[in-house]
Amino acid sequence: MEEKVIERSYLDMELLRFTTAGSVDDGKSTLIGRLLYDSKAIFQDQLEAIERASIKKGEEYVNLALVTDGLRAEREQGITIDVAYRYFHTPKRKFIIADTPGHVQYTRNMVTGASTANAAVILVDARHGVIEQTIRHAYIASLLRIPHVIVCVNKMDLVDFKQEVFDAIQQKFHEFATHLDLHDVRFIPISALLGDNVVDRSQNMDWYQGPTLMYLLENLYISNDYNQLDARFPVQYVIRPQSIDFHDYRGYAGRMASGTFRVGDRVKVLPSGFTTTIKGIDFWTDHLDSITAPQSGTIILEDDLDVSRGCMIIPEENGIKQGQDIELMICWLGDKPMVAGGKYALKHTTNDLRCMVKEVKYKVNINTLEKDYNDKSIGMNDIACITIRTTKPLFYDSYRQNRVTGSLILIDEAANVTVGAGMIV
Amino acid sequence: MSNKVPINHLRELESEGVFVIREVVSQFENPVMLFSGGKDSIVMFHLARKAFYPAKVPFPLMHIDTGHNFQETLDFRDWLVEETGVQLIVRYVQDSIDKGRVVEETGYNASRNKLQTVTLLEAIEELKIDCAMGGGRRDEEKARAKERFFSHRDEFGQWDPKNQRPELWNLFNGRKNLGEHFRVFPISNWTEMDVWQYILLENIAIPSLYFSHEREVFERDGVLYAKTPFLKMKDTEKAEKRIVRFRTIGDATCTGAIESVASSVEDIIREVAATRITERGGRADDKRSEAAMEDRKIEGYF
Repeated sequence: MEEKVIERSYLDMELLRFTTAGSVDDGKSTLIGRLLYDSKAIFQDQLEAIERASIKKGEEYVNLALVTDGLRAEREQGITIDVAYRYFHTPKRKFIIADTPGHVQYTRNMVTGASTANAAVILVDARHGVIEQTIRHAYIASLLRIPHVIVCVNKMDLVDFKQEVFDAIQQKFHEFATHLDLHDVRFIPISALLGDNVVDRSQNMDWYQGPTLMYLLENLYISNDYNQLDARFPVQYVIRPQSIDFHDYRGYAGRMASGTFRVGDRVKVLPSGFTTTIKGIDFWTDHLDSITAPQSGTIILEDDLDVSRGCMIIPEENGIKQGQDIELMICWLGDKPMVAGGKYALKHTTNDLRCMVKEVKYKVNINTLEKDYNDKSIGMNDIACITIRTTKPLFYDSYRQNRVTGSLILIDEAANVTVGAGMIV
Repeated sequence: MSNKVPINHLRELESEGVFVIREVVSQFENPVMLFSGGKDSIVMFHLARKAFYPAKVPFPLMHIDTGHNFQETLDFRDWLVEETGVQLIVRYVQDSIDKGRVVEETGYNASRNKLQTVTLLEAIEELKIDCAMGGGRRDEEKARAKERFFSHRDEFGQWDPKNQRPELWNLFNGRKNLGEHFRVFPISNWTEMDVWQYILLENIAIPSLYFSHEREVFERDGVLYAKTPFLKMKDTEKAEKRIVRFRTIGDATCTGAIESVASSVEDIIREVAATRITERGGRADDKRSEAAMEDRKIEGYF
């Protein structure tokens, strides 16, 4: 891409999205408050508002947790209702936090926050160690295939900064994590309240030689987080200007789901299966040589084919799975239970279709990670392995290989609400 | 494999915004893009132009005009429309007042900011708009932090923060019943700094109000207001000429100026980086109560 040359490093930062998970009172809000405060993302007027609120509540410290207090209903009940998004940056990276509440019933929020995350920060209270909720958080990180997991053992100040406590928690986590599909797990002993090892290195734990949380967030290696091998371009919209200057222009607009396409590449258009060559790649007035996930752009093909929204452009020699009978892991989000044999609307990439739930294979007990082959009732916050049959063939990859072409949502056709998050096995 | 992410943060945010706008056009029949003349709606419109080029933007801009705008904002709006050939719909708060749909606030802090909601909802109903895109950002205000990209509104235009649809991956669910509509926020994930950096990167034109200029202002409750016919001054208040600029552009009645000599986008970026007050810190509409934005959003505000 021809970038206007502007010599400003702040115009060229990386973006990292991470989600935070912890149980009630793990100090998650305090940790986020600390990250925002120490990276100067909290402004004077916000800080003054928090100070006023802390004094009003008769608290000893400025309660940084109040930074993340959102809606009035939450302030009244002292809980978090929904996923909240927070922003801060350092000279190196811009960060988007999906802050998800930790109550038992809010698995659906965590799944939502995890779906786009590069990293998960899981909090463990040093006094309580690994508890059921820790297992659940780690399982969801694994199920949603969040590339990096950072376990923060918090409240180290309340266990006299003892290394044994930290080591034991690390050991315990590893024991159950062997059942999970986590590839990059780090552990950091912290005190969010006092700031130890969050941004600044702790003076109280010289036995810990690893990075601080901020250092890790700034330096996690994220360029492999996208699937770079399989080029996938779901067609989102067809651009036909029908103007005098661009009389025959026909461009396929979309966002690369994974991989790279270059001008001249031989490609196949699904579902028709016709092959052709990429003639041009445009974005705005720029003619590009290539397009790489997650870029948006417009692809122009050599041949005049019937291509519309919902089609997918893939390399000629690169297979993609297709079929109408799909096995997937589902996280149920709806307040009404899933109906076996029920029909739902389905969204997958830029495709809208319908499906029927054929079979519940097993339900996952997310506290013990055991598979339950007997209990087939799937209600809100349940996670299960199911099979569905779609009204027309789906072109997909397994979620393991591709988080974009391997994910789908189910929608209640009467209420129009999103009821299921599916990850294709 | 390269060891660098394929695109930087501004290009990723741009790509995300373009994707969302293209989804809107694909999923809705009669969308509009709300346009205030402020930097956020200008950036959002810039993304729309990029999303459909070389075709024209396939939806109109809609301006809810309170009648209390700065003239510079209106001039800029008309220039942009002329320049890009986009269709513009304007609806006036004054019409809602004349029809008796709303009652104008009185007193020294009277503002038409809140009345805009009624005019907006009337326009949505009248024109059968099924999606209104807005330039809201999640970093602006705590109630906005929980907003979805695709935000569902019931037949009364209300937002139910406790019953929002989960939004996963990049799969946006715009299904709705008759009479309901959506608000969509393509630049949800941008911060004030991102917006300014992007304006610099793309060399986007913005109203002169954002740059330092001399103006008659007076101080009230620690905020500098422009002296305009729309805002009644108290006897004790005195207007004087100062060198100021605006960090946000809203109504003259509720938008505060700051003293500044920033005369280029790069100056503004340096200033924003150094400043310790949020941009809405100068907005009287948010200061009304702790949950002012939440209340307005539930009623159907932008």
